[in-house]
Amino acid sequence: MNDRGTRVLRLDALARVEGEAALHLRVAGDSVAETRLRIYEPPRFFEAFLIGRGHTEPPDITARICGICPVAYQMSACQAIENACGVTVDGPLAELRRLLYCGEWIESHTLHIYLLHAPDFLGRADVVELARDQRAVVERGLRIKQTGNAILEQLGGRPIHPVNVRVGGFYRTPGREELRPLEERLRQAREDALETVRWVATFDFPDVVCDHDLFALRDPGRYAIDSGTPAVMAAQGQGPALREFNLAEFEQHIREGQVPHSTARTSALDGRRYLTGPLARYAINGRWLHPVATEAAREAGLGDPLTGAVCQNPFRSIVVRAVEVVQAIEEALRIISRYERPPRPAVEVPPRQAAGTGATEAPRGLLYHRYALTEDGTLTEARIIPPTAQNQTAIEEDVRKAVQARLETAGPPADDEELTHVCERAIRNHDPCISCAAHFLDVTVERT
Amino acid sequence: MVTELGPAIRTRPTLAVWKFASCDGCQLTLLDCEDELLGLTERVRIDHFVEMTPAEGADRERARLEGRGPYDLSLVEGSISTAEDAERIQHVRHISRYLVTIGACATAGGIQALRNFVDVNDFLAAVYAQPEYIATLETSTPISAHVPVDFELRGCPIDRRQLLEVINAYLAGRKPQISNHSVCFECKRRGTTCITVAHGTPCLGPVTHAGCGAICPAYGRGCYGCFGPSSKPNLRAMIAQLRHDGMSERDIQRVFRTFNAASPDYAPVPDLAAEEQQSPPA
Repeated sequence: MNDRGTRVLRLDALARVEGEAALHLRVAGDSVAETRLRIYEPPRFFEAFLIGRGHTEPPDITARICGICPVAYQMSACQAIENACGVTVDGPLAELRRLLYCGEWIESHTLHIYLLHAPDFLGRADVVELARDQRAVVERGLRIKQTGNAILEQLGGRPIHPVNVRVGGFYRTPGREELRPLEERLRQAREDALETVRWVATFDFPDVVCDHDLFALRDPGRYAIDSGTPAVMAAQGQGPALREFNLAEFEQHIREGQVPHSTARTSALDGRRYLTGPLARYAINGRWLHPVATEAAREAGLGDPLTGAVCQNPFRSIVVRAVEVVQAIEEALRIISRYERPPRPAVEVPPRQAAGTGATEAPRGLLYHRYALTEDGTLTEARIIPPTAQNQTAIEEDVRKAVQARLETAGPPADDEELTHVCERAIRNHDPCISCAAHFLDVTVERT
Repeated sequence: MVTELGPAIRTRPTLAVWKFASCDGCQLTLLDCEDELLGLTERVRIDHFVEMTPAEGADRERARLEGRGPYDLSLVEGSISTAEDAERIQHVRHISRYLVTIGACATAGGIQALRNFVDVNDFLAAVYAQPEYIATLETSTPISAHVPVDFELRGCPIDRRQLLEVINAYLAGRKPQISNHSVCFECKRRGTTCITVAHGTPCLGPVTHAGCGAICPAYGRGCYGCFGPSSKPNLRAMIAQLRHDGMSERDIQRVFRTFNAASPDYAPVPDLAAEEQQSPPA
């Protein structure tokens, strides 16, 4: 610790994240010289083998990019193709899609909160250890998660890679009475979710502020899930408070690059580092939370979302995520209460020669797709920009800050074990979905 | 495929979960066993499952990647698509008493096996501006192409109930009760009217391995084969039926070339579909 030579911390496989990645950290004296997130998940080439497929195929195929957020892939894919074909899916079909997406938010966020993230705050190795003395708490989490899965099963046929989604809508829509059993479960889940917000709000949060630009869809009047316009909230003092751009211009603003140490591409938004996901959504859409979620956010110390409160502490993302679970449950209840079975399960989406874009809010952040089609619907181009690839630079910066803060702390110097823990916590805040980034994470600390 | 099972495991058995090229969906299925998860962790020691639980101790890093082992049961997700992974699976086999593959990637190479039909360099160039940064094999292959496998659980993704059956079976030292019949049997059991007979909807049910519970036909959609081939599929008859129900040769090629594209049982499809194209639909 005291030598001033190069110190390397290698974290070759991050635990309790989805997918696989490594971290390389180089420390020179008492400052962090470099943090490199290395995603080594083997490449799977989705964009390449989509070329030549038919325009009805991307929802099923892109679902396989990620087992944790397949619905996000299905929804962004459907939207992009419908956009290319000049078709809008609205009314009850759009509401049903939103309901399906709420199921994924509930399931995925709850998995993250209870199984991946909470053990960090409670000093437990994992959820199994947590369950040993707080079994009722873990059971509450599993119950909420199961409710999310119940929505996915009812509407999608199964929770992972749902089969009932198609371009234009669904293969089969449920009758009103089929959704009724979900209502009771959701009401129970709402109580459990509110308890969850209260529970995570009591955790001990390091005092950290991130200064990334925040990026999310904005859908005035409602909390963006399945639609909206890309909006950027600049870090303080870095430009206008909020600006939007058309989805069609997405790739003019979001530029992807590649670095030698990773199989994931990295992105910049107009040349700047940015963050997408719960913190960004809360900052940009907070005023449109349901009243129950708004009150939960206030009580949990996130400020008043109605006046545009922003949470910039990545460690508190667990609180924002818990509020979003309440939001998704409220939204699901609202949709079910007003649901009338649509006359047809899907609208026709006849192909045409055109390109189209689609973007939705995956649990981990904004997920963008673009496809170009020929007259007969054959795909000639496919572009997919997932949230974790977009967040990679912001995550590296958060890790750097967290390690730097620890190095500057008075008291005994940190050993590798502790630094590893600091790095992993900083990374888990962002719930990275590494398979989605199509690619894995390894931590190495190097000291010079 | 199934080896002789040893005597029932008497001490609290250990479980390991491994990931290769995949979407994580099959290992997530274990976490989706909400009602059974805590009970399971009391009966089985989950010793290696990076997504859920960290390894501890001095060799933490090594343990994370390689595990300490030996493990009574290893569940393996994902296909082999890099040189490193081809080595890692040898190690996993070595430290596992039983090795069970979970899902289409581990069992048939997965959707990423679509590279097996093209020059992988074309794929690299299509996706990456700097393909030289990416290390990959030319093929994506199932685990059984590299090491002996005790049982292969099908599905993209696997079915939760089947996963629990496999784990319980190995804990009890017996063979899992997973039948090889087709999706059609499950449709009958579920009471779903045959959508091909009733509506002329193209459906791969007759040649697809059971296990999902025949979800698609229940939702008014033809089976798209995500569990891979059933035993001895009659592809010739299937292709004739798909043609009859309106699928073109190209559609037929594509539907078989998806999640289980590299299954040897599907290899004759291109020739059979082309032959069928020659003769007018019945």
